[in-house]
Amino acid sequence: MFGGLLSWVIWLPILGGIIVLATGSDERAPLARKLSLAFSILTFLISIPLYTGFDTSTAAMQFGEKSIWVSTFSIYYHIGIDGISMPLIILTTFLTVVVVIAGWEVIKEKTAQYMAAFLIMEGLMVGVFSAIDAVLFYVFWEGMLIPMFLIIGIWGGANRIYATIKFFLYTLLGSLLMLVAFLYLYHQSGSFNILDFHALPLGMTAQTLLFIAFFTAFAVKVPMFPVHTWLPDAHVEAPTGGSVILAAIMLKMGGYGFLRFSLPILPDASHELATIVIALSLIAIVYIALVALVQQDMKKLIAYSSISHMGFVTLGFFIFSGQGIEGGMVQMISHGFISGALFLCVGVLYDRVHSREIASYGGVANTMPVFAAFMMLFAMANAGLPGTSGFVGEFLVILAAFKVNIWYAVLAGTTLVFGAAYTLWMYKRVIFGEVANDDVAALEDVSPREILFLSLLAAMVLIMGLWPYPFLDVMHATVDQLVTQVNTSKL
Amino acid sequence: MELNIQPILPEIFICAMACVILVLDLYLKPERRTIAYVLTVMTLLVAAGLYWQDFATGSAVYLNGMFIKDRFSDVVKIAICLLSLLVFVYSREYIKARDLFLSEYFVLGLFAVLGMMVMVSAGHFLALYLGLELLSLSLYAMVAFQRDSSVATEAAMKYFVLGALGSAMLLYGMSIIYGLTGSLDISVVRGIVAAQAAPDNVILVLGLVFILVSLAFKIGAVPFHMWVPDVYHGAPTSSTLFVSTAPKLAGFAIIIRLLVGGLEDLHFMWRDMLIVLAVLSMLLGNLIAIAQTNLKRMLAYSAISHMGFMLLGILAGTPNGYSAGLFYGLVYTFMGLGGFGIVVLLSRAGYEADELDDLRGLNQSHPWYAFLILIFMFSMAGVPPTLGFFAKLSVIQAVIDVELTWLAVIAVLFTVIGAFYYLRVIKLVYFDPPAVAAREISATADLRVLLSANAVALVLLLPMVGPIQEMCTQAIASVVGAF
Repeated sequence: MFGGLLSWVIWLPILGGIIVLATGSDERAPLARKLSLAFSILTFLISIPLYTGFDTSTAAMQFGEKSIWVSTFSIYYHIGIDGISMPLIILTTFLTVVVVIAGWEVIKEKTAQYMAAFLIMEGLMVGVFSAIDAVLFYVFWEGMLIPMFLIIGIWGGANRIYATIKFFLYTLLGSLLMLVAFLYLYHQSGSFNILDFHALPLGMTAQTLLFIAFFTAFAVKVPMFPVHTWLPDAHVEAPTGGSVILAAIMLKMGGYGFLRFSLPILPDASHELATIVIALSLIAIVYIALVALVQQDMKKLIAYSSISHMGFVTLGFFIFSGQGIEGGMVQMISHGFISGALFLCVGVLYDRVHSREIASYGGVANTMPVFAAFMMLFAMANAGLPGTSGFVGEFLVILAAFKVNIWYAVLAGTTLVFGAAYTLWMYKRVIFGEVANDDVAALEDVSPREILFLSLLAAMVLIMGLWPYPFLDVMHATVDQLVTQVNTSKL
Repeated sequence: MELNIQPILPEIFICAMACVILVLDLYLKPERRTIAYVLTVMTLLVAAGLYWQDFATGSAVYLNGMFIKDRFSDVVKIAICLLSLLVFVYSREYIKARDLFLSEYFVLGLFAVLGMMVMVSAGHFLALYLGLELLSLSLYAMVAFQRDSSVATEAAMKYFVLGALGSAMLLYGMSIIYGLTGSLDISVVRGIVAAQAAPDNVILVLGLVFILVSLAFKIGAVPFHMWVPDVYHGAPTSSTLFVSTAPKLAGFAIIIRLLVGGLEDLHFMWRDMLIVLAVLSMLLGNLIAIAQTNLKRMLAYSAISHMGFMLLGILAGTPNGYSAGLFYGLVYTFMGLGGFGIVVLLSRAGYEADELDDLRGLNQSHPWYAFLILIFMFSMAGVPPTLGFFAKLSVIQAVIDVELTWLAVIAVLFTVIGAFYYLRVIKLVYFDPPAVAAREISATADLRVLLSANAVALVLLLPMVGPIQEMCTQAIASVVGAF
């Protein structure tokens, strides 16, 4: 059952998490840290063959494994990856290494539990991206909430309990409606296989209701306007590592859900309701960008910027062209790196000054020149500067939007202005100018450990910006098939 | 007709052992009362073994139609034996610390088990009633066991009055059905009812309503749930453990025997009645649980809402639905056992640990027990990866299968509401600072090990969900297939 490579990528970190958990008390924290690093690096290494061994010429599921789980409901342990899920899996395994390094010295209490939560979550997230059986997908999708709930609740900020319960209940409500949709599809098709769902003919009413159920689940996760309010709360209160995983990977699950379920299973309802989704995406892009502009708290600002950028993703998906979907996918991966990096930058400052307020800083460049350079790169990438990964996805989506409706493109294009405005204005207030206070004057520049994780992310941002071909190539065949599916009516 | 006692040998064994322990107690010095405890545990173990060894493959009727032995009865009986066994192990230290470590406790427990066995196998209204009363009378006494506690006495009084009312309703319903059909044998009744089933048959409807009300009383479904929180709260936790687990399964079994075995042709009537009971139970159970500050009361309301979910499976009226209900019942009883097991684990002499605030910051001092609570709570909330999720999945699947999608959506919404109070327990355990500086847990090794196994099994049994559900399907098939 657990023989294949993909299974190892799922279960090795979970096993690692349990072993780390067993090291127990804080006296053995150094051991817990080293074990976690070892397991996360090992997982990343064994996930690389998923990329190198990936056949880019086919849209079929690869590295597949299938064995019966619950025969009475024909539920299978069925996993496999295609061009949409593979990049997200690599993103997950890569960022977990970064998060483990980032939490190395910062987390002083209950280190073993913290590290174990991230490792277990890594396995569950990879499971979400590779499950082909709907129930298996749901088990991973919901299971993942538990470690995140604990991460925010235990190691979070002052208002963490409100934030984490809000986070849990919002996502649970969405997910359970998705579960009902799964059961309905099972009732119709007699199978929980997602690929069978793709082929299932469905009437318009059923499609519309199912679309609403799926939309609730994924829109909460993305999050889309107007169900985005849990995100700023969760982000602000989460510890740095939690924010990174939340922004970089969990939000992507909403986007992934649209591509895996909504578009191919419900093509007609998707077309019918696309205008609404696009309208909500454009509201997110423009309105949330304006909200980001007035934030006083750096983490909140980046959280709102995430919502605005994820608006691009949903916009790209619901244009139903290869360009739009690929643009959305690239935007998801790129945003994973950039938002992760920005949260880590805020974390670096917070660990020193213990404030996230923009007003507590000023002139940081004088005391932390290396850090300022790194943050410059990430800020520019967030604003969508050509040559960074942020540009590629936004450019593709705007291009695709132009072909459908010029106003979509114009409104989406405003983000290039607003994005630059809120990111660079924050950067200016924090980094430039005179040294603002004694705290800033006493700052020490980044340590080798911090340089390590920042440069890992900087490298990815630049590689993706300058040479996006490898990223686009792997998803090409799958996206082509998806475009065919979504443009073929089931009625 | 030759009397074949072979199939009821385990019941005879339990009855004999209960009497033996009762007599033996006369000659036991108080400090050697552990012998009675060991004998009780052995009895249940041996009984489970006897059922296992003589596991039924089909369905057979014995003792002039009084006693049914089928796969369903054996599955439920083995579960009842194991649950009661765990209850006795969990509660040993608890009752010792409160001077309740008396042989009568074990004897009452064994008689209750015997009553449940008779109920589960009942093929005749009288046998069913006999079993139910044996169970109920033992439970009243167990709830009142701490006789110097006024709360426990009040709880027992309430339980007794309402329970007697429930039993009376059952008798009345049965007598109406008897008047209509002229038989007390459930399989004969089935045949006659099938011929008379019509919505305008007022007398039949009346009989059905009385039977249904009494069943709702026994499992504690809204609006017949009033006794549940008071009894769960007032009884010593050891008795709450017993009341809240195995009898629920036995209650499920008599619902199957009566509604499915006897009155299945009235499904079009009892379906809507059960929908009302299920929706109200989920609504009230989940909402009122939010307002509780006492862990035992909270778990009581949670039990009410779980009964609502279990009813979802039954009201679907398909073999698939019944087996989902059985699966739900099995999973729930083991979760409920764990939930009250936690209360027993944390309590010690003179300290009940049943307030929610007593759980504050448990993760600081006892991360492993905190983790057990985490598993129990998420499993009750129905969040994967736990068995609780699969239980909810199968009942919701069953109602969608019969095109009651709106009911599935309602169930799902109540699950979200329910998640809130389970999350609050986890919040207390994990996120809050400890309330008591040094917390001692004086539990014995067997309690620690079994409770841990109980919790971990809720996750580790996931790969086994298939075979367990298969077993439930076959058990139900042996009931449904017998007609």
